[in-house]
Amino acid sequence: MDLFFFFLFAFIAVVCAVNVVLQKHPISSALSLVGVMGSLAVLYLLLGAEFIAMAQMIVYAGAIMVLFVFVIMLLNAGVEERRGRSWMAQILGVPAVIGLTGLLCYFSQRLFPNLGYAKFGDFKGGGAKEIGMALFTDYLLPFEVTSILILVAIVGAIVLARKELD
Amino acid sequence: MDPSEALKILNNGVPISWYLTLSALLFAIGAAGFLFRRNIITVFMCIELMLNAVNLSFIAFAHQHKQASGQLFTFFVMVVAAAEAAVGLAIILTVFKNRSTLNIDEIDTLKN
Repeated sequence: MDLFFFFLFAFIAVVCAVNVVLQKHPISSALSLVGVMGSLAVLYLLLGAEFIAMAQMIVYAGAIMVLFVFVIMLLNAGVEERRGRSWMAQILGVPAVIGLTGLLCYFSQRLFPNLGYAKFGDFKGGGAKEIGMALFTDYLLPFEVTSILILVAIVGAIVLARKELD
Repeated sequence: MDPSEALKILNNGVPISWYLTLSALLFAIGAAGFLFRRNIITVFMCIELMLNAVNLSFIAFAHQHKQASGQLFTFFVMVVAAAEAAVGLAIILTVFKNRSTLNIDEIDTLKN
C-alpha cells in the first residue's frame, strides 16, 4: 500500500513539475505547481510528518500560490513568447537536464547506500506536539530570528510595492 | 532487482533512497525551468519548486533518523520561502511598473 501511494503521488508530482516548466501561460504553471505541492504533502504524510504536511498545504498551496496568482492577474501576464532563445539552450537543454538528474541520483545513491525503508506509521514524531516541543526548546533562537526575518520581509515588500507619494 | 529485495520492499515499505531520487528529479526539473524559461514569474515558481524538492529530502532524512529536527528545517525553509515570495513578487511588481515587461531577457541593465 505504501508503495502504491508513493508511486501514485511521485508520478503526479513529476508530471505536474514537468508541466510547470512546459506550460506557456503562467497561470497554468501556477496551478501545476499547486499539484506538485499537494502531492508532496501526501508524501510527507507517508513519511510521518503530519504537521509539515498541513503547513505545506496551508502555507505553500494556500498562501504563497494565491500570492502568485494575484500577481499574475494584476500584471495581466500573457503567453510567453518562445522566439529568440540561444542555440545552446535549444541543443544542450534536454541533455543537460538529464545529466543533472543522473548526477544527483548517482551521488545520492553513492553517498547513502543503505538508508533503510520508510513504512507508514514507523515514525510518530512529526505531530504538532513534538514539533512544538522542539521548536520552543532546542530551536528557540532560530524561531525568534525567523520572526525578525518576516518583519523585514513585510516592511521590504510594502516599501517596494507602494505608490510614490510625492 | 532480485526477488528477495523486492520482497523486502513489499514488507518494509518504500526505500528512503527512492524519496531522494524523486527529490533529485524534482530539483533538476526546477533548475531546468529556472534556466530555460523567459517569464520572470515562471522563473520564480521554479525556485519554489527547487525549495520543495529539498524539503522532501529533509523529511526523508528526518524519517530515517527518527528525529523531528529535520522537519524543523523544512519548517524554516517554508518560512524563508514565504518571505522570499512576498519580497520577490513586490520586486516583480516594481520591475513591471518601471519597464512594462516580464521578459527577463529585456531586463538587462546590469549586464553592461
